[in-house]
Amino acid sequence: MHSSLLKMHGINKAFGGVSALRGAELEIGQGEVHALIGQNGAGKSTLIKILTGVYRRDSGTVDFNGKASTISNPREAQSSGISTIYQELTLVPLRSVTENIVLGYEPRRIGGLIDWKEAHRRSQEILARFNIDIDVKAPLGTYSTAIQQLVAIARAVSLNAKLVIMDEPTSSLDDNEVAVLFSVVKSLKESGVSVLYVSHFLDELFKICDRVTIMRDGQTVKNVAIEDTSKLDLIANMLGRNADDIESAGMTEFAKGEAKTGDVILKTKNVATKRLLRKFDLKIHRGEIVGLGGLLGSGRTEAARAIFGVDELTQGEIHLAKGVPQPVTPKQAIAAGIGFLSEDRKSEGIIPDMSVRENLTLALLPNLSRFGHIDHAREKELVASFISALGIKTAHMDQPIRELSGGNQQKVLLARWLVTNPSLLILDEPTRGVDVGAKLEIQSIIRRYVDKGLAVLLISSEFEELVEGADRIVVLQDGISVSELKNPGITEDTLVRAIAHHHTPEQQAVPRQENAHV
Amino acid sequence: MSDTNVAAETKQTARELMIPKFSFRKHGGLVALLIILAFNIAVTPNFLQMQTLFVNISQVATIAIVAVGMSLVIATGGIDLSVGAVMAVAGALAPIIFQSSLGVEYPVAGLVLSVLIPVLVAALCGLFNGTLVCVLKVQPIIATLILFISGRGIAMVMTNGQLQTFNMPSFSLLGTGKLLGFPFQGWLALGIAAVVAWIVGKTLFGRYLLAIGGNEKSAHLAGAPVRKVKIAAYVICGSLSGIAGLIVVAINSASDAARIGNLMELDAIAAAVVGGAVLSGGRAPIFGAVLGAMIIQLVKYTLLANGVADEVALIAKSMIIVAAVYIQQSRKE
Repeated sequence: MHSSLLKMHGINKAFGGVSALRGAELEIGQGEVHALIGQNGAGKSTLIKILTGVYRRDSGTVDFNGKASTISNPREAQSSGISTIYQELTLVPLRSVTENIVLGYEPRRIGGLIDWKEAHRRSQEILARFNIDIDVKAPLGTYSTAIQQLVAIARAVSLNAKLVIMDEPTSSLDDNEVAVLFSVVKSLKESGVSVLYVSHFLDELFKICDRVTIMRDGQTVKNVAIEDTSKLDLIANMLGRNADDIESAGMTEFAKGEAKTGDVILKTKNVATKRLLRKFDLKIHRGEIVGLGGLLGSGRTEAARAIFGVDELTQGEIHLAKGVPQPVTPKQAIAAGIGFLSEDRKSEGIIPDMSVRENLTLALLPNLSRFGHIDHAREKELVASFISALGIKTAHMDQPIRELSGGNQQKVLLARWLVTNPSLLILDEPTRGVDVGAKLEIQSIIRRYVDKGLAVLLISSEFEELVEGADRIVVLQDGISVSELKNPGITEDTLVRAIAHHHTPEQQAVPRQENAHV
Repeated sequence: MSDTNVAAETKQTARELMIPKFSFRKHGGLVALLIILAFNIAVTPNFLQMQTLFVNISQVATIAIVAVGMSLVIATGGIDLSVGAVMAVAGALAPIIFQSSLGVEYPVAGLVLSVLIPVLVAALCGLFNGTLVCVLKVQPIIATLILFISGRGIAMVMTNGQLQTFNMPSFSLLGTGKLLGFPFQGWLALGIAAVVAWIVGKTLFGRYLLAIGGNEKSAHLAGAPVRKVKIAAYVICGSLSGIAGLIVVAINSASDAARIGNLMELDAIAAAVVGGAVLSGGRAPIFGAVLGAMIIQLVKYTLLANGVADEVALIAKSMIIVAAVYIQQSRKE
């Protein structure tokens, strides 16, 4: 390891009494590409925000570039050489590339006017270092996300950054763009700039990172050179499990053959979309819960969006019951008997200003109306029955949904789909962000409906929920469904192993038993 | 036991004390209308006369009709700047139709067509706006700016930029006729508001409209036909503007493409906002928009009747908008 550029030691941080970081450590060498990984809520972003001065640490020391750091806001972080490239780009798409690069640091002429000639020249030069040759006078927004990201990096470097922090830089890039990004990271490294690389895509790390720090529950659990570790080891550490246990759990419990629970309700073949999904195969029968396992970014939500007609398929087929065409809009999917409880309750679920009643019946509306006129009596009757059946706590059915607790909002959204009497319900993180009581209630409601014949596609980052809830689990990696586990017999360890196990598309054709090696 | 009663009672009085402030937020428009009425009764000469009432009703009707359409567009989170220009197009078209050789030969058909065709063309203008916004994803303010500018130009070209006067009593009834003793267009505005309010409150389209304005992504995932509903809002807004354009022409028995509906977009937006519409969408208080239109009309009238210059009247109008937006901001919290 080179001499260290950054050393964060014993960092503690609590938010309102809940500790987010407990003695976290992070050490990055000069010219090193350092990965920071961990599950959601492990404390990665809190640690980064302390480093960049967004949050103030409760205790601990930060040494940057050989001296104790006094950074107390993002601006100071930038001027002392720490640049952050956020997941959501913070550039100005309508202004020119040059303006974005020099924003706030424009070269001046006498009299304080901006020297545009010099600014354009400088921008071109900066971009040339990354082999990017574009018209710097064109608005940034006319270029692809990848180029925009590279411009953000170029800006960071032009500010004489010593450390560039990249938060999920590849999540919105396609394969070619990722390759360009990697070459930029490499050239940064060659010029002595360190990179802190946060990513959920573990395979990437092995391509470009030197070292990796793993965080779990607000603590740093491991700091290791990338060549001394494996993907399985990384995952085991992220999840807090023993790699050997996962290994020995083996794949012996895989059930073979298909114990049919009912008619096939949905079958997908070779499905791919522009967003992440590359080859997704799935079969669901009446009355079963099929889980989708995989790390963040493995394409679980994208699979759901493809089935529900939100994302356009670029390849493959979706088969529903006989005579029902493949849905290409959510409206058609609903008409075909599919429901989709989306992962982001706030931005894709509730309509905050509308009432519980209006939110609950939104998907059912076409069936509630005759010639465009809503049958209010029947609407009220249905809503009342669901409020009592699901135990939704609301003052009255006309209360705005935003005034309800998260768990009750979620129950209303669940009811939005159950009231349509679907044959297949896709649940994307159905219990995220709800309290324990509501969580158990939601799970038992789902179980009740499955017993009556509902088929469920369950996406959950909580392995416990998947392992105990699902009859089968289809494991996704990089947008490809790579294997399938069958209950009874799935344990969290076998699931983790299936998720960590490296598959290539070619291997998929090989019978699963022969895959049992790491 | 008695202690709790006392406590409850004190709470009750405290709540009662808060009522004026609270209800001003909710019913600010109504309060403002009453204040302006009271002011006029006290100050403006001859205010309490039927003539005054008729003048105001015939003026407010066009603002109200357009504001109702504007409310639908604003409910989707959009805005329509082209309403004034669309009025001009419709208004310029009507006399051309009933004064054409066909219109002269078959007066009844000419009359019917001179109402239908302009409204249809106005609806097409709305379709154009809606398509730009929903299919080509142009921002509403820019998309409708196109017709805002070119629409009036088209109207001027159709009329060679000249004032067209006509003598067509049957058509003029639209602007000068009376029904049950009140100006016809007042009834028309009320009728339109009632129908649109019913659509918003009771139909699938209305529910979808508010859902889409409230959270477009959620609405889409719940199966709402986002594009159709939004385009329909622009089409309705365009059609209503067309009707308003016809009324203006009928009142004057003349069509002046340069003046019909001039600055109507501002009046309509102001009326909708004063009436409780939220520019980010999700709300369509139709009768609120009518109330807003009444306030704006009365303010105009008050200033005019008391000899305040037109330029100053414009400033006053902008103050209303500022006040409405201010109230809207505080309403959000």
